[in-house]
Amino acid sequence: MKIISKFISKFIFVLFLSFSSVVISGVEVHEFSNKEDEQQFKTLINELRCLVCQNQNLADSNAELAQDLRKEVYQMIKSGQSSDEIVAFMVARYGDFVLYKPPFKAQTYILWIGPFVFLLLAVVFLFVFIKNKKTDKEKEMTDEEKQRAKLLIESISSEKD
Amino acid sequence: MWRYLLPLVAFIVLVVFLSVGLSLDPKKIPSPLIGKPAPTFSLPDLHDAEKIVSPESMKGQVWVLNVWASWCVSCRAEHSILNELVRSNKDIKLVGLNYKDTLWKGRSWLQQRGNPYYANAFDKEGRVGIDWGVYGVPETFVIDAEGYVRYKHTGPLNWQSVQQELLPILKELSTKKQVGAKYENHI
Repeated sequence: MKIISKFISKFIFVLFLSFSSVVISGVEVHEFSNKEDEQQFKTLINELRCLVCQNQNLADSNAELAQDLRKEVYQMIKSGQSSDEIVAFMVARYGDFVLYKPPFKAQTYILWIGPFVFLLLAVVFLFVFIKNKKTDKEKEMTDEEKQRAKLLIESISSEKD
Repeated sequence: MWRYLLPLVAFIVLVVFLSVGLSLDPKKIPSPLIGKPAPTFSLPDLHDAEKIVSPESMKGQVWVLNVWASWCVSCRAEHSILNELVRSNKDIKLVGLNYKDTLWKGRSWLQQRGNPYYANAFDKEGRVGIDWGVYGVPETFVIDAEGYVRYKHTGPLNWQSVQQELLPILKELSTKKQVGAKYENHI
């Protein structure tokens, strides 16, 4: 039994080795001459969004457009283009929508800064709230209240008599 | 007083935001091509491989580029509208981009359903489609006399979009052909 499982794990290890410089996405196979290109390809198709099935990236999607765009990215890497160039190529055609991480610009300020503004507001709100609570407790009695208290105490003590 | 009013106000603001969010169509992605020069291409005509269709050959006139394919189901609904559009507006220059199709299927589609196109560029590999940012066939673009993209409609045209968007834009562009910078801010 042990021997068999050892054999299987070795077999799987060898299997993985044989795939080391090939990325399989969907049904196509992309071969790369070096590790850097392969890594660049993987990173890019994970960052770029498929426009047909909008909640998937190029790596996950099986839509025909995603296949075409993977091919495009692959060929651009092969021809030695940088990631920035490839991203700019996609944005020029499909807009910022292709980016899973939107750029920081006037149109997206609310998107990027909004959460921090809300956090700040919440902290301020919480602070004011806690402070109000405290002063509620420590508030001194007004003259009117003192008068009423005095009367109450007097009435109790007079009942006792 | 504020103690009760504040959560109510916050709730109403949230409801407004959510209802606006729900009414937006996530399939409508603004095209970055609007206001930019039309991406160039040079493709054979669907009916005549010797003839070359290109945006350059359309310069000086307002024209419409319609991306279609025989495998595209919603193109069927759109096609009758295109036929009618060109029949009732003879001066519209409608150029087709036959996207990722085969010659035979593209041709027989037009034979069966009528051909409203002035010319048809045959984009077999869909490479020109990528340059135009095509992601959901059918798509329709309007290009002005200077060669700038002025309008894009994603998905099948219907009578409403033709009457309310396409025709007014075509009319506006052809009445003032000297487009230039003045129109740029308008978009």
